[in-house]
Amino acid sequence: MEELFVHGLEWTTKDLFCYPNEFIYWSIQIVMYPYMTGLVAGAFVLSSLYHVFGQEDLKDIARFSLVFSLALLPVAAMPLLMHLQQTLRAIEPLLTPHFTSAIAAFGIVFSSYALIVISEIWFVYREFIVAQVEALKDKPGAGNAVMRFLYRGMTMGAYDVSEKAIATDHRAVKILAAIGIPVACFLHGYAGFIFGSVKANALWMSPLMPVIFIMSAVVSGIALCMLTYIVIMEWKKFSTTLARGRGDQAVKVLGGVELDVIKKTSRYLLGFLIAAISLELLDLIFRGYTAMKSWDILRSVMYGKDFINIFVLQYGLGNLVPFTLLLLPKMTIRRMVVALCLVLYGVFMMRWNVVIGGQAFSLSFAGYMHYHLPIIPHNLETFKEGLFGALTVAVTPFLLFWGINKIIPCLNVPKID
Amino acid sequence: MSCSRRKFLKTTIAGAAAASVPLSALKFISPDEVRASVGDEKTRWVFLVDTQKCVGCGFCVKACKLENEVPYDVPVTRTWVERYVVTRDGQTHIDSPDGGREGYPTAKMNDEVIDPKEISKAFFVPKLCNQCQNPACVQVCPVGATYQTLDGVVLIDRKWCIGCGYCVMACPYGVRFFHPVHKVAEKCTFCYHRISQGLKTACVDACSFGARQIGNLKDPNDPVTRVIMNERVAVLKDEYGTKPQVFYIGLDKEVR
Ligand code: SF4
Ligand code: SF4
Repeated sequence: MEELFVHGLEWTTKDLFCYPNEFIYWSIQIVMYPYMTGLVAGAFVLSSLYHVFGQEDLKDIARFSLVFSLALLPVAAMPLLMHLQQTLRAIEPLLTPHFTSAIAAFGIVFSSYALIVISEIWFVYREFIVAQVEALKDKPGAGNAVMRFLYRGMTMGAYDVSEKAIATDHRAVKILAAIGIPVACFLHGYAGFIFGSVKANALWMSPLMPVIFIMSAVVSGIALCMLTYIVIMEWKKFSTTLARGRGDQAVKVLGGVELDVIKKTSRYLLGFLIAAISLELLDLIFRGYTAMKSWDILRSVMYGKDFINIFVLQYGLGNLVPFTLLLLPKMTIRRMVVALCLVLYGVFMMRWNVVIGGQAFSLSFAGYMHYHLPIIPHNLETFKEGLFGALTVAVTPFLLFWGINKIIPCLNVPKID
Repeated sequence: MSCSRRKFLKTTIAGAAAASVPLSALKFISPDEVRASVGDEKTRWVFLVDTQKCVGCGFCVKACKLENEVPYDVPVTRTWVERYVVTRDGQTHIDSPDGGREGYPTAKMNDEVIDPKEISKAFFVPKLCNQCQNPACVQVCPVGATYQTLDGVVLIDRKWCIGCGYCVMACPYGVRFFHPVHKVAEKCTFCYHRISQGLKTACVDACSFGARQIGNLKDPNDPVTRVIMNERVAVLKDEYGTKPQVFYIGLDKEVR
């Protein structure tokens, strides 16, 4: 007999009265989706800071974060694909978009954003690609031939590297980066709208939802970029130390620059963190004060079964602790790293508490549902919507980045004189 | 010269023929025609539930599962019956084990036995899709796989649903689920395959007590319409603005 699989039954337990068909239908992948989209947006915005606003100190990280946002890009759509019951039909929202639905435009927004990122990268790397075609010309070996073929394809016939052509490239990059910023924010605010507009869900339904989502996305995006920036700078310091010895001037300069940039950026981080927390608290206070029909069950979820998740892990460990760490005087890189990791964790917990917390109570307001994340998969479903599915999503950008970096290197350590 | 003219004519004819192909294709899938082929505007299917008459036997749930091929042994179901017991201390106990498929043979509710002397009132409430006039599920479907027919029934295209679950989340009544075999969204259709052929729904036919009735709201002589128009009926959760079309006689304030 064919195995009957009731979607949601596997990881849902019910308490008191829930309707028979109620389960936790939106699980871990839907937590990953807004989380990853937020990171994409953050990485892109950071690279744009250099390309549009000419922040020179971000020059090195700008290339990196642009390519990294390309690596993150498929991963924003991946959780959605893994979540679909009919993954093979994923193209349909593009074929017959039904625009009264908030998800219908996802494919369009997502692919326009992808186009912007890819073309921007093309313009940034065009000169390099043409140079590669030349350099590989006389090199023997099948590998080189394949690479040269690839690069030739990537030039798309544009071999002009005159000064004028390169200047045009730069202008194109600037324009694309400028268009990209609002599109990146839209891509993310949109995720908030998907939840905020579900009127059947007492926890999600709120016009503040998209704004809260954008704020926390910017927070997580900045945090991830700062973290990667630190990693890169530490790597640079390390390689310079190897090359020149510990006490070299260059190492000290690098350390100084690193701390300076991080301190400057952390001010933005703090600002957005404050905005995100205030909005969330406003939402909470408003619900308590107006005490609509749903408040009884919401309160019992927030102050009862989800208390640890919401108040201890999200607000406490994820917001309050890093907030204090960032405000304390005499900032060090090590403390910064701890604070940034906690900020990233806090944003993740926020997504969790919205997505899973929103399904923690029955639509009947008379019962509760509990989510048990499938750890060891025993079929495709428990893999896709379980711990390993989520980890796959989390690891993919790094693998992709590794691959992309082989073709268009963005991590080369510039010489310091 | 003449040759090129002939060529020109040829190209023109070929071009016109080619252009007419997509035109006729467009006409073929014009939304109006599709709409016209699904239901007609002279009918608005509605449902009437008399909670006073329901005894909680669960025959309707069984009949529905068999008729609509929702596997019997899974907890999901297109229609279900809820039991409400209000005790003297003002507490409300609700349950619906397996959707009430096996009836309610015991007094045990959620692992708790309620002393009959403590009961102040008790009743059953059958539930099904409300075939809303303003359905939240249709609004949110990203591919249009969930749609409303002209005679008011909300249906799902099993060949087109991508299984995103947005409609499941959007329905305030919790009637939707994923079909365990087809792996697409599933819900009550008022047995559209039957009512459109002049039959009654499986659950209406299965109910020996007349608790369930289906009718056409646009026909003033329909007995269901007469009850809805002339007597006091209520609907579930009208605060969501979905304009549900399942009407209840004797609905209690405790019903969720
Ligand atoms: S009851 Fe739910 S599934 Fe049925 S039409 Fe209304 S919103 Fe859609
Ligand atoms: S699960 Fe299917 S019917 Fe429901 S919203 Fe998604 S595509 Fe539409």
